[in-house]
Amino acid sequence: MLGYYFVLALYSLKRNRVMTALMILAIGLGIGASMTMITVLHVMSGDPLPGRSAQLFVPLIDPRPVSGIKPKDTTPDGNMTWPDAMYLLHAARADRQAAMAAGALPVRPTENALHPFFEFGHYVTADFFLMFGTPFHAGGGWTAQNDAERARVVVLNAELNRKLFGTAPSIGKTVRLKNTDFRVIGVLDDWRPQPTFYAQIDDRAFGRGDQFFLPLETAQELKLDFNGRMTCWGSGGDARTSDHCAWLQFWVQLDNPVNAYAYRHFLADYWHDQQAHGRFPRPVNPQLYGLLDWLTVQHVIPEDLRLQLWLALGFLFVCMVNIVGLLLAKFLRRTGEISVRRALGARRRDIFMQLGIESSVIGLAGGVLGLVIAELGLWSVRQRPDGYAQLAQMDMAMLLETFALAVVASLLAGLLPAWRACNVTPALQLKTQ
Amino acid sequence: MPLPPIVASLTRHKLTAWLLVLQVSLTCAIVCNVAFMIVHRATQLHLPSGVAENELVSIESTDLDGSAPQLVRHDTDLAALRAITGVKSAAAVDALPFNLNDWSNGIALVQDGPARAAATAFNGTPGELATLGLHLVEGRDFLPAEYVPLDTAHDWAGIDRVPVTIITRALGNQLFPGQDPLGKSIYPDEKPVRIVGIVDHLIRPHTHDGDEGEYATLLPMLPDGNDVTYVLRTSPENRDRVLKEMPEVLNRVYGNRILRHAQTFTQLRADYFHRNRTMIGLLIMAAAGLLFVTALGIAGLASFWVQQRKRSIGIRRAVGATRHDILRYFQTENFLIVTTGIVLGSLLAYALNVLLMTHYEQPRLPVSYVAFSAVALWLLGQLAVLGPALRAAAVPPLVATRSA
Repeated sequence: MLGYYFVLALYSLKRNRVMTALMILAIGLGIGASMTMITVLHVMSGDPLPGRSAQLFVPLIDPRPVSGIKPKDTTPDGNMTWPDAMYLLHAARADRQAAMAAGALPVRPTENALHPFFEFGHYVTADFFLMFGTPFHAGGGWTAQNDAERARVVVLNAELNRKLFGTAPSIGKTVRLKNTDFRVIGVLDDWRPQPTFYAQIDDRAFGRGDQFFLPLETAQELKLDFNGRMTCWGSGGDARTSDHCAWLQFWVQLDNPVNAYAYRHFLADYWHDQQAHGRFPRPVNPQLYGLLDWLTVQHVIPEDLRLQLWLALGFLFVCMVNIVGLLLAKFLRRTGEISVRRALGARRRDIFMQLGIESSVIGLAGGVLGLVIAELGLWSVRQRPDGYAQLAQMDMAMLLETFALAVVASLLAGLLPAWRACNVTPALQLKTQ
Repeated sequence: MPLPPIVASLTRHKLTAWLLVLQVSLTCAIVCNVAFMIVHRATQLHLPSGVAENELVSIESTDLDGSAPQLVRHDTDLAALRAITGVKSAAAVDALPFNLNDWSNGIALVQDGPARAAATAFNGTPGELATLGLHLVEGRDFLPAEYVPLDTAHDWAGIDRVPVTIITRALGNQLFPGQDPLGKSIYPDEKPVRIVGIVDHLIRPHTHDGDEGEYATLLPMLPDGNDVTYVLRTSPENRDRVLKEMPEVLNRVYGNRILRHAQTFTQLRADYFHRNRTMIGLLIMAAAGLLFVTALGIAGLASFWVQQRKRSIGIRRAVGATRHDILRYFQTENFLIVTTGIVLGSLLAYALNVLLMTHYEQPRLPVSYVAFSAVALWLLGQLAVLGPALRAAAVPPLVATRSA
């Protein structure tokens, strides 16, 4: 019977070829646009550190004065001043903790004939590597002792390591960054968490990631340029070590809720203590943001992309309403035919099945078209010069989801018209003719 | 055309008619807001930067050996750059509109007072104004004696030594509303700085909405860090050649440096706005797609209805209705549906606008956009219904005598 209904459906759809094609096109466009954007947002809202993110937190203590220029700007960016970060670091009340800042430095290859070039990296403290579980291809990180000694050591990421040393072992070799020689003590196994969650969240959050890591205190001693936002208030210059310029990021690892609770108390105590010294004029309100919450608060996904998703979903909805209306009109026009079939003994179920299959054919065809359009859409996203562009790939889960969406959408669109049409009263219809 | 029969007939197709109304109203609501966003973003795209956009090229140079005095290095570089054929003037600067290199200071009007605005500091060598092509509307350019080094090595301490500044009109209006800012003093840091000139426009390295986008101070401070941007003014047709010669000339003067971002100002601006352009393209596609789908819905429904009512049309024709009457019937029916859709859609448009205002800092939707979309949808509806309506009008009275 299903086969027969299928043939009937094709026959009926063929009678209005243009209309059928346009319906399929509309549903295909709607699903294609939606799936493109759902995929992009899906890959961007993934967990950058699966398995570890639940234990990682950003402590938020806000040293800024009460009267800012922009009162509406209430979300602090999480940046810390040098004295605060150093205090929290050396107090070592969390299971692990690290302070860090981004930097871009000229790399001057000594072993090959490469021209000097700029590279993005991070100035971090010892716990960074253990806390974030960075995979080492060779060697390892440094110790708190090295931090204190302001050691000239560096950990390279795979890409920069390959560029400088090829495949030769590089541990113990020297890299010249700006004007200083650093000894390579570790090489990472192409560690590129997406997004680069630990840095200030900006346009570079997605993409290539950092290629070198060196001790923060060393960078400070050498006055290496840092890269990013620095907010100063009051007066007295923009010194990096001053207590009125926030520019460092700070991360802690807290293995269980008890430790997290204790750490929040520790932060509150510090805040009170600083108030006694005339700093931290805002009411005491320390916060601990979990990694994923932090990314949400910092809007790691550009607002434009969210807007694009809503636009695509709105478009899909209008397409669905459109299909429902068209199918309804189409089925209701065939009430005569339906009444005859009913009078000849077809049950409501049969009519419903027949019309349901007709709408499913449109839905499935639209779904297949939608998949093609989604692939095209993702291809066009990959052409954007943004860091997230390369992530825009459809995985198996997303592929199945696209299909599910197409089937559900078409069923929803077809059910109502089919239900309405199978409810016609045969006698009344036949009589009026 | 009497409305009651049309309304009565529509009540026979209540569900279908309401679906069409829903579709029209959703389209109306979304298209209004999308059109508004397109215009908003397109305006940003064409913000006047205040500089001579099609005459500028720039390059960023980083000295790898920091030991040499940078002020001397910059002077030597600039002399060499000015010698390139076709270069009218050159300056070393730290910030340009749209280059994202933003050093903003809270500007107070008394010492240690509250900041009245955050303004970008544009610092550069003598001739910066002329090179950028800024338009001085009041006051004067800086005097040679007023220039001080930026003192990058000591946290840009030059800001406490610089005697004078030139500010934008937008900043002047914000700091001294209703007064002439010329001659007044501002406090970007601890020391007073006297305003000696006003320029009409200068966009900050990051765009901001409204006047805030032009809160800028020009300061006679000489960049003295390892990192500097050279900006050259030439004629539009010479830009490409100058762009190519710049790195060669600089490397000939001194090779131990990294040169980056050699580009014309036009490229700089295009790069800055590439996301905006993508977004505008997508918004236009979305609006066009919605209008297309809605037109499709209207035409499709109308043609089904025409087929369904063939017999009644025949009867009406047989009892004396003209072709014109039939045509008008379908046109009026469409007008009714689309109008209902527009009324609901306008309400929805404002509801959507409120949502966008809270989540995306979108301004309030002007009524003109709703009016415009209404007209567009009416036209679209009439256009979409025309084909089916003409087919209906062509139904001969003879049909009435046939059985269905």
